[in-house]
Amino acid sequence: MLNNINPTRIFFIINRLQKYILILFLVVLVIGLLEALVFSPEDYKQSDSVRIMYVHVPAAWISLGIFSIISILSFVILIFKNKNFSLITKSLAPSGFVFNIIALVTGSIWGKPTWGTWWAWDARITSMLLLAVFYLMFILSWRIIDQNDKAIKVSSIIAILGLINVPIIKFSVDWWSTLHQPSSVNLLEETTIHSSMLLPLSLMTAAFALFSVLIFLMKYNTELIKIKNKGLDRL
Amino acid sequence: MINEILLMNGYGVYVWSSFVFTLSIFGILYSVIKLQLAKEQKKFEMKFRNLASEKIEFAKKQETFREILANTSVSKI
Repeated sequence: MLNNINPTRIFFIINRLQKYILILFLVVLVIGLLEALVFSPEDYKQSDSVRIMYVHVPAAWISLGIFSIISILSFVILIFKNKNFSLITKSLAPSGFVFNIIALVTGSIWGKPTWGTWWAWDARITSMLLLAVFYLMFILSWRIIDQNDKAIKVSSIIAILGLINVPIIKFSVDWWSTLHQPSSVNLLEETTIHSSMLLPLSLMTAAFALFSVLIFLMKYNTELIKIKNKGLDRL
Repeated sequence: MINEILLMNGYGVYVWSSFVFTLSIFGILYSVIKLQLAKEQKKFEMKFRNLASEKIEFAKKQETFREILANTSVSKI
């Protein structure tokens, strides 16, 4: 089954998908921004500062989601030695890291009017900072280690170790007394956020997800061409 | 109306800086990745031009090489 994920076939699809995803991303982003900044209501407690949620929350979700995918694929890489999966994880990391930074910075900006401070060593914030450290170590392992096989092994181990942090981030608001409120959007339980706020949140999440797919495809494309460049040298 | 959107009940600085930061980071990441991709495509194109004619024919038979070339100026030669 894993052999069906053929780089040549993926390469063929990627080149055709990129421009459509870019167009779709721009359309969803514009609608999402209008909803988030103009049409959605202010919060009765936080007033207009609640609008920061529409960039902060999707960025946190996507960065967490991407790291989870990287970690799961890293297990597969270590067990089945699938090099194509290592290209996928390598291509996913930049957008995941950037979304992690966006979540931290916008969270810090949101913290000032809401909690009166730019930063607190709160369980959720600290575990998100730790996630950024894991992302950084993962990206640096590819840059620092020259031998490809060794880089694959080290980066996979970093991603698997980082997976321990993922449930800590998710449940930190339940396990410890933190400044963060418990989650308002739940897949298995009732969602407590009002539909007028859920719509812009969903739109912005979709836009961010499309952007991460676009960046992944472009990065994966670049990595494949790098390999093919080496192939030309050997002809 | 515009003033309301800009000032946002005194939270405008926080809200707008968050959105501007996010969109700027998007722009920077997209440009960096696009540049890296263009650089690799250019490198591939240069190497391909310098290949001997029989090697060019051999390379053109490979599906992935054809795909890369379809996005470079070599395809228009």
